[in-house]
Parts: sequence; C-alpha cells; structure tokens
Amino acid sequence: MILNMGPHHPSTHGVLRLILEIDGENIVRIMPDIGYLHTGIEKTCEAKFYQQVVPLTDRIDYLCPLTNNLCYVLAVERLLGLEIPPKAQWMRVLLNELTRINSHLVWLGTHALDIGAMTVFLYCFREREDILRLFEMVSGQRMMTSYFRVGGLALEPPLGFFERVRDFARHFPANVDEYENLLTGNPIWAMRTKGVARITADDAVALGASGPTLRGSGVDFDLRRDMPYSGYQNFKFKVPVSQDGDVFARYACRVAEMRESIAMVQQALDGMPQGPIKAVAPKVILPDREMMKTQMEALIYHFKIITEGFAVPAGEVYQAVESPRGEMGYYIVSDGTAKPYRVHMRAACLANLQLLPTMCEGRLLADVVAAIGSIDIVLGEIDR
Amino acid sequence: MALEPAITDLEQLKTHPSVARLVAWNRAAVKGAKFDRDEISIYLERSLIRETCMLLRDDEDCPFNYLADVTCVDWFPSEPRFEVVYHLLSIPKKERVRLKVRLEGDSPALDSVTSVWPSANYFEREVFDLFGVRFAGHPYLRRLLMPEDWEGYPLRKDYPVEGYR
Repeated sequence: MILNMGPHHPSTHGVLRLILEIDGENIVRIMPDIGYLHTGIEKTCEAKFYQQVVPLTDRIDYLCPLTNNLCYVLAVERLLGLEIPPKAQWMRVLLNELTRINSHLVWLGTHALDIGAMTVFLYCFREREDILRLFEMVSGQRMMTSYFRVGGLALEPPLGFFERVRDFARHFPANVDEYENLLTGNPIWAMRTKGVARITADDAVALGASGPTLRGSGVDFDLRRDMPYSGYQNFKFKVPVSQDGDVFARYACRVAEMRESIAMVQQALDGMPQGPIKAVAPKVILPDREMMKTQMEALIYHFKIITEGFAVPAGEVYQAVESPRGEMGYYIVSDGTAKPYRVHMRAACLANLQLLPTMCEGRLLADVVAAIGSIDIVLGEIDR
Repeated sequence: MALEPAITDLEQLKTHPSVARLVAWNRAAVKGAKFDRDEISIYLERSLIRETCMLLRDDEDCPFNYLADVTCVDWFPSEPRFEVVYHLLSIPKKERVRLKVRLEGDSPALDSVTSVWPSANYFEREVFDLFGVRFAGHPYLRRLLMPEDWEGYPLRKDYPVEGYR
C-alpha cells in the first residue's frame, strides 16, 4: 500500500512529505518529497549587497540563526581578508554555543513529544525561553537575530548581559540532569530508541551525514575541533561520540553536546577579552554614530556603504561551520562587485535526510517518527 | 591578514598532493588549478569526472571519502557557461579540495558521481532542478525543490529574480 505521510504531519517538523510503501506495518520503501518551503534564498542573495544578505541567512535555519550568520560573515571576511578582533570572536563563540543549546532543546522537546514523552517538551521550552531572552537582550530579536556583521558584531553587548549568561550557565547543567532523569533510564524511551533506525559508520559517511548524526555512528569528526574557525582552537571541549548508530546514540550525543556547550559558554565568559568589537576597515564596516557627527570621512563612508555596498575582491570561498545539525557550508563566489555573484548554502539537513530510507526500510512504521526526530531536520534549511 | 594573490600556475601547484596525484595519473584529466585564500581548486576534464572522483576517494594517502557539496555557477553570457563545483572532504586527513568542471551552455551534461558517493544524489538533483545540468547515470534525476511541472531553471542568470510573469 502507498501511504502519504505529510506534508502536514506533526512529527515532520515542518512540511516534509514522505511517500511510504508499506506492507502491513513494515516499510518497504520510503521516498522523501521536499521543496514545500523553497523560497529561492540563493537567488535573492544575488540581488542584494553583501551586508543585506545577513538577515536572509537567519531565515534558512530558523532554529540556529546565529550559526548561519556566523558562517556567512566568516566566508565574506575570508573573501575580504579581514582580521576580526578577539572580543568579537569570543562573543561569536559564546552566542553560537548558546544557539546550539537552544536548537538542541527544541529538538529534544519535540523529539520526545513525537515518541510520547510530553513533560520533556515543557521543561525544554522553559530553558529555551531563557536563551531567547538572552538573544533578545543582545540583538533586540528573539529568533531572527542578525547580530553578526561582516567585520565584527552589530552592537556592543549591553550592560548586565554577561551576568545574565552567567546565571543561565550556573543553573543549566542541573536542567540537563532533569531531562536525563526523565528519559535516559526510562524503559519506554529505551524501547522506542535503542536499536531503532540503525546506520553504520560507512553508510553515514557515504550518504553525507554530518554533525551528531555522523558522530552517533562512531565517526569522530567535529569541525570545531578538527578544522577550527572563529577562535574555537582556544576552547577546551570533548566531542561526544557514540558507537551504536541508533536513535538512542544520537540522543546521547546531543545531550552530551549540550553539557559541553554550556562548559564552553562558561569558558567564553571567563576568558572574554577586552577591546573593540569591529575590525578596522572603514570601507566595509559602518562607522560609529559619534564619528559620523565629527568626521567627514566617516559620514562619506557611511553614505557609500549604505547606497553602494562595499566591493569584494573577485574570488571564491567555501566556509563550513559545525551547526547543531552538522556541516553548514557557505560557498560564495565574488566577481569583484558589491553583490555576491553566487551564494550557495550547503545544508546539513539536506544531506542528513538522505539517510532516512536506509534507516527505515524494512522496519516498522512507528519507527519512522523516531528516525525523523533523530536526524533533527529543519525544513527551512533543506528547501531554502 | 592581507590577501595573497591567487596562484594559477599548474607547475607551481604540483607540490599540492591532490594535484600531483591527478597529474601523475592522467595529465589530460587536469585542465588547470588555482590556489586562492587557502583553498585549492582543480579544473577537470568533463569526460573523466567519475574516474577522477573514484581515484581521489580511494587515494591511500589522503582519501576524500566525504562529498560535502555539489553546486553550480552560471557565468552567462560567457562560454563555457556553467561551472559544476564539487567540494570534497577527507575526514581522516581533515583536508578539503574543490573540483570544477566547465560545461557549454547548450544542453549541459556530465556523468553523475552517485556511484562514487551516494550522497551526490540530492545534490545533483538540486543542480539539475535549478540550473538544468543533466547528470548521466543518476538513479532518479527529477526536480527536487521546484514543482514537477515548473518551466525554466531559476538559478540561471538569465532567469529574472522576480520570476516570469
């Protein structure tokens, strides 16, 4: 029998349509059908100035906007050859790790809800709210932050921000214990996740998996550690790896990652350098308002950046970062003008989704829901 | 961190292990190379793409076992118009390399690399969908993001940003 699952199905986290060929309750074949959220962001980017693309990157993966901001600005900074001051780099790491926790909390809550554990959802969203308030404090927005700029940060972090983050970092490890108390030793959770939707390390690499989905299958690879960017080489952290390759292994990886991330937030707070938050590049970075009132050059540069953008030397760059879902990559081609000639986003979820048939075929229909949750897809990123 | 000028001289770039490996295997497969902003790009002969990828994947010193991405750049109106771009990653060696194949504007086509890395499946479908580049030997070359009956290829440069009205 052919069964349609989605595009509007609560467990597909967006608008994913699965065409299932089933024999009784067993899956014979599974065919993901995507594109319902395609908005042509890559095409839109080609018509914008470099600095105008930043808000678009938020909307690709709406659960980790800051990671997308970071990846994009890093790519443009490499095209320009800009050096970023340490404080901006550390702020970027701090906010990225908070974003990772935020994204994993949404994942954990909804994944548990899909499998039938309602309480976890409420707990996770309680802490997520704290993180969103921190984002609002620093950028003025809860979700579509657009806080990173080419060359640094948009604004100086406000007074009291670091204290608030410190408070959060103090109580969050106990919150993770709470989630684990509810799930890790729970026999129902174990039955629904252990041995379900297995994927071997070879299959995971061949099918292009990345992030916790790859590490859950025993491949020890994390871009933050192995190909560091934005000052991640200054941080000490462990990369959680699980050998089993099932839903539970991916769950364990992500929960352990949350603990590592909060430890990194703590490190970033303790070692936060002082100094400027923007690089020195008057033709690229908007001047401070105060300078505009006193210096003519600053006013001219401001006018020119706003009206004409800034030209980027011709060339191309592929910049990848470790997003909560895996390898997020931006491939940007410049032809020397103020608008990118081509922006391509390498979406981790698009590649991870290719694992779904291998995970589910020959297994029960109910396991599909667990499998979708365990690869943590965001359809905005898949469809772009 | 000032920008260094790009190196495009193949002789100079032969010190790079992947370039050296490919040139030693088949000089005709490598049409050029570029080292720019710490990234290596290798321009490849179109008809040999699958064999070249197989070779890089099974390389003993630096196996590029992971295909990170496939995409395309449209250089309309210049010819050859399309540039199909592959980003490879070696998980054991933590190295990246970019492969490029240039294609003419009328009915662009090349071999699929899905038999080398199964992950190429969706990436190539996306390139077909948005650029109209055909991949010979692809198991299921259908539109991925746009509707089945869509006309035109949206990411081509001669396709208007606001679409046809």
